[in-house]
Amino acid sequence: MLASLTLLLVFQLIGETVVQWLRLPVPGPVLGMLLLFAALVVRGEVPTALRDTANGLLQHLSLLFVPAGAGVMTHLGLLATAWLPITVAILLSTAVTLLVTAFVMRAAARQQ
Amino acid sequence: MNPELRELWVYLSTSPLLGLTLTLLAYQLAYAIYVKLGSHPLANPVAIAVALIVAILTFTGTPYAVYFEGAQFVHFLLGPATVALAVPLYAQWPRLKKLFGASMLALVTGSVVSVVSVWLIAEAFGASDQVLRSLAPKSVTSPIGMGISEKIGGLPSLTAVLIMLTGIVGAVIGPALLKATGTQDDAIRGFAIGISAHGIGTARAFQISETAGAFSALAMGLNGVVTSIVVPVLVHALA
Repeated sequence: MLASLTLLLVFQLIGETVVQWLRLPVPGPVLGMLLLFAALVVRGEVPTALRDTANGLLQHLSLLFVPAGAGVMTHLGLLATAWLPITVAILLSTAVTLLVTAFVMRAAARQQ
Repeated sequence: MNPELRELWVYLSTSPLLGLTLTLLAYQLAYAIYVKLGSHPLANPVAIAVALIVAILTFTGTPYAVYFEGAQFVHFLLGPATVALAVPLYAQWPRLKKLFGASMLALVTGSVVSVVSVWLIAEAFGASDQVLRSLAPKSVTSPIGMGISEKIGGLPSLTAVLIMLTGIVGAVIGPALLKATGTQDDAIRGFAIGISAHGIGTARAFQISETAGAFSALAMGLNGVVTSIVVPVLVHALA
């Protein structure tokens, strides 16, 4: 558990460092994820301890979005004045994006 | 409030313990409500927990910055959790290789559709230029979205809020909408949810299946990269 948590932090650190260094338009943890994925592909298996730690962290992934989410309270005024365009645009655009993405991927997967 | 209670409150409200405990309690209560309501998608645990916390902070007159002093310990775990997404993703490696071409096509299309549609719809409903620019990167994970927003003249902290709202909407409507329109493959469902609703959608996709969650995580990561490239170009054309 300690070793695998350290491993995750090391990959995050590598990700952050490379992103800063090369000025990439990605957050460090996302690059860290891609690098760990590549390392697992090379290795050919996931160590049991790493799998357990990853599952533990991801089990309540939703919880981790709560602190940033509560930041909504700092913009209640702006949201109150522009609630209509924001609500309609987010609802419709998210629905359209979901449908178009799924449709394109289904059609392309059938072609292959 | 009597003086002793006030003293206790002053002491507790300046220590990180309160913000951290509040976050965990609010989330567990929200999760219990979600389970109690038969895991109904509308009872999204993030939305309920955020509503509870905002209500309590507003009622006690606690500034968000003070709350975040404690809540940052939970927030910090987003980093290693994002890296940990590589594990379920690796389990999908064989399927991923087969779906690679289709994924790339869906990725670029989804990214462009997200930005263009949110801009045109919000503009039609009279949103200000600043709100439009803050909305443009709504579908990507917040660290990327806030960076994009700043670059194109939006308000990064507003973008963070809009990204959260988008994530909740995607988590609530995504699975049902995809099912109703005949998408049965969990890999494709997950990918579409990850493109449109980033991490909050990914958390929801893991409840559909491991496959959906892994493809959602992949889509979220890739969409961050593609969106940060296409947004400045699209906004230049739209504005």
